[in-house]
Amino acid sequence: QEKLDISTYPVESIRNFSIIAHVDHGKSTLADRLLEITGTISKTDRNKQVLDKLQVERERGITVKAQSASLFYNHEGINYLLNLIDTPGHVDFSYEVSRSLSACQGVILVVDANEGIQAQTVANFYLAFEAQLSIIPVINKIDLKNADPERVEKQIEKLFDIPTDECIRISAKQGTNVEKVLQKVIEKIPPPQCNTADPLKALVFDSTFDHYRGVIANIALFGGEIAKGHKIVSAHTKKRYEVNEVGILTPDEQPTHKLYAGQVGYLIAGMKEVAEAQIGDTLFLYKQPVEPLPGFKSAKPMVFAGMYPIDQTEYNNLKSALERLTLNDSSVTVHRDSSLALGAGWRLGFLGLLHMEVFNQRLEQEYNMSVILTAPTVPYKAVLSSAKLIKEYGKDQITIINPAQFPDKLSVSEYLEPTVLGTIVTPHEYIGKIITLCQDRRAVQKDMLYIDENRVMLKYLFPLNEIVVDFYDALKSLSSGYASFDYEDAGYQSADLIKMDILLNGNPVEELATIIHNDKAYAAGKLLCERLKETIPRQLFEIAIQAAIGKKIIARETLKAYRKNVVAKCYGGDITRRMKLLKRQAEGKRLMRKIGNVEVPRDAFIRVLKRETDK
Amino acid sequence: WPYCRKRCSYCNFNTYVVPAVDEAAVRACLVREVQTLLRLSQVHSVSSVFFGGGTPSLASPGTVAAVLEAVAVAAHLPAGAEVTLEANPSSASTSRLAGFKAAGVNRLSVGVQSVDDAELRILGREHTAAEARKAVEAARGLFPGRTSIDLLFGLPGQSRDAWAQRLEVALGLCDSHISLYQLTLERGTALAAQVRRGALPTPTQDLLADMYQTARTVLVAAGFRHYEVSNFARKGALSTHNLSYWRADQYIGVGPGAHGRFVPRGEGGHSREARVQTLEPVAWMREVQSQGHGTRSRAVLSPLEQLEELLALGLRTDEGITHERWGHFSPQLSLQAVFGAPGEARALQQQGWLVLDSGGLRCTWAGLAVLDSLLPDLLWQLQR
Repeated sequence: QEKLDISTYPVESIRNFSIIAHVDHGKSTLADRLLEITGTISKTDRNKQVLDKLQVERERGITVKAQSASLFYNHEGINYLLNLIDTPGHVDFSYEVSRSLSACQGVILVVDANEGIQAQTVANFYLAFEAQLSIIPVINKIDLKNADPERVEKQIEKLFDIPTDECIRISAKQGTNVEKVLQKVIEKIPPPQCNTADPLKALVFDSTFDHYRGVIANIALFGGEIAKGHKIVSAHTKKRYEVNEVGILTPDEQPTHKLYAGQVGYLIAGMKEVAEAQIGDTLFLYKQPVEPLPGFKSAKPMVFAGMYPIDQTEYNNLKSALERLTLNDSSVTVHRDSSLALGAGWRLGFLGLLHMEVFNQRLEQEYNMSVILTAPTVPYKAVLSSAKLIKEYGKDQITIINPAQFPDKLSVSEYLEPTVLGTIVTPHEYIGKIITLCQDRRAVQKDMLYIDENRVMLKYLFPLNEIVVDFYDALKSLSSGYASFDYEDAGYQSADLIKMDILLNGNPVEELATIIHNDKAYAAGKLLCERLKETIPRQLFEIAIQAAIGKKIIARETLKAYRKNVVAKCYGGDITRRMKLLKRQAEGKRLMRKIGNVEVPRDAFIRVLKRETDK
Repeated sequence: WPYCRKRCSYCNFNTYVVPAVDEAAVRACLVREVQTLLRLSQVHSVSSVFFGGGTPSLASPGTVAAVLEAVAVAAHLPAGAEVTLEANPSSASTSRLAGFKAAGVNRLSVGVQSVDDAELRILGREHTAAEARKAVEAARGLFPGRTSIDLLFGLPGQSRDAWAQRLEVALGLCDSHISLYQLTLERGTALAAQVRRGALPTPTQDLLADMYQTARTVLVAAGFRHYEVSNFARKGALSTHNLSYWRADQYIGVGPGAHGRFVPRGEGGHSREARVQTLEPVAWMREVQSQGHGTRSRAVLSPLEQLEELLALGLRTDEGITHERWGHFSPQLSLQAVFGAPGEARALQQQGWLVLDSGGLRCTWAGLAVLDSLLPDLLWQLQR
């Protein structure tokens, strides 16, 4: 591929911008149109979500990874270089959005002409506003029957203080007025303020892994220039690299001789893992360190799950699949874990429920792996009071990962559970519901204040195990997506923990024992019993399924005995079929777990421990 | 006879509804296949013949006569051999049945299914309760003491009381043999689809268990012997033919979709085979015409497989499996050796579901109702 020379584009002719919007308001379609108009891609019917390269993105119609494209456009005689940065629209990826925005000087804010302003419209607006970017409001889908652009313009004026006459009404699908948007970008968005004479300062706003070329980092230059052969350093990892290739994205990679300050493109420098090119990181020239760009942080997981292979023989396959998937997704946190019932597995942290679902779907589609997702474990602690146990463990405070290790109340002076300090920002109309939700999760309010006339910030101390499964989702759900959540580790607190056993006809089932807070024991026990009742097959005698704390039974379900179980007709053709079925059942007997006299199929535990996918 | 005039809502048998049947051609093929297979099995004497389907009463008596003739010529058909014909009430007029009797039929099974018109409609049957009653009367007239009726229970929406009433009515019109089947909703049938859609309710397991127990009790009180899971007989009117299935005797299946178990000595075979004839009538006829029989598949049954079948089927009868019968299939390993030692069978005996004594191995009254919960354990023990 011959290299492009973009030194002919002075900084004043560069515009770096992003398109932000709520889900499905037409971000990606607008991006498609802009690419077409500028000749970056040819105009055909097949241009749908061109920037969405992942299969899962195209299927679900969402953007998961941010991409960028450099467009060339001539306006009133001048050649401009417009760098478009496509951003994820989903709330789970707001960190990625904020990093992409820091490479821009302006944004196009797209709002659906019928739906109007929605949760992500607001969230993204604030991100852009706080980053002091120029905002071009665009009202999309005016071609649809229910479009009411006037109403939406008024909303924008009221909520964002932007005059209605600044809004551009378009139909991205049909291309109406899209050219006007381009022109507005050139007119309203300022060129980047930076100097090629300065030392190199590049922001990494995304990275992907290519098997042949290694990590490809998307960068925006805030100063200096970069070319093949330069030696660069990562501010975060402190590692040193030599640049192999730089270029721009159109949207495919197009190598160039150099990249200059104010420009956006990609870089390949011998990095082996995406963890070496983390989003928000700053790159500079060796021996010429610069002040790192602000705002970098490691991804904070919001939703956790246990992940296990369906069968332990698949463990290694799953292990390598996870390693390869996380190569391209450094925001998933991975820790090894194990369960009595399911064997060896992992505890994974995701940015949100969508992130987890997409991850799971990619595992299935790209690696052909089916897994079991369970509610995750949190590390509890116990302060021992029994001399014997202290001697056994060699210390007086232990971490309990496995319920089987749970020391009895008599040997313990205190149980401890991990906590986090959570910060919730929400429009004030949802305060009541959110407070109730937090109380329901055993959280204690630490602070509450209005940050402006509409939004409130709440700080709560949460036990970690109350938020790891579905708190985030519940919060989003009851606030129509408008509330945001962040948290940080807040140490351990004393907790009334108990070990809950599950009994079948009086015999305990080790695999299902859980450590849980006393207040939540009844609800959890009841749920487990109900699920077990549905998964254990009926037998010749009644089965009592119970949840117990020590000797006390706190919940119970009864599985009645079979009174009739014999096939009605058995002549001729039925016989062969019958024998097959019976022999399969006889085989199944071999794989049954026998707990007392109750036969439990192996996958009963799995089905009971699986997290609910009822969303 | 694989043809019916319409398909009932619950039926998933190998039966076909066609506008016209070339009876002569079908008859010729049935005859031909009978000859071929009898020769192949080298059977000397046939103890019973069963005309099933489909709706066998739609065939003409001439066809029945031709088949029986073929059997008598290729092997020996003793005078007292049981010859049963299944009849649908809508093709069971006295004159028609008389025709069948003349052709050699000496036992009749009437497909009553229900004695209630509304239920018959749900089942998609072609006849009314009154027509069924008339058909049974006609049959009893021609085949006294040798008439059986088929009945279903556990219909969607059927209550305990409703069933009790049906039983009373059925007892009033039946002869000495009743085949009583719990309605099974088979995948792909119209009735199953209706239930799945929610158009009809599903009966609960408890209700079905109750209905079965009620039926057993009432029929036994009326003098019937509950000799197989779904079959009741009084005055010794057991079905010889069906007993041969459950005793794992040899039987030859003739016609589309028919099943057989025999040793093909005629071609030098020594082992019992499980055989199925081609399902589709047109294809079957072509094969019979070109090769003499339309056997779609045949598989040798290993000694273990034969024992497994004997176990699963024999335990369906009140007599169970006698030591002699078992010894026929397992000369080395007796019933006692397999099931007498400590293990699953012993445990089931202690729990009151099974009996192993000088009479053989059989289920208790309670065990018979839950046989399918006992069999996997016993099969596993047998395999070991």
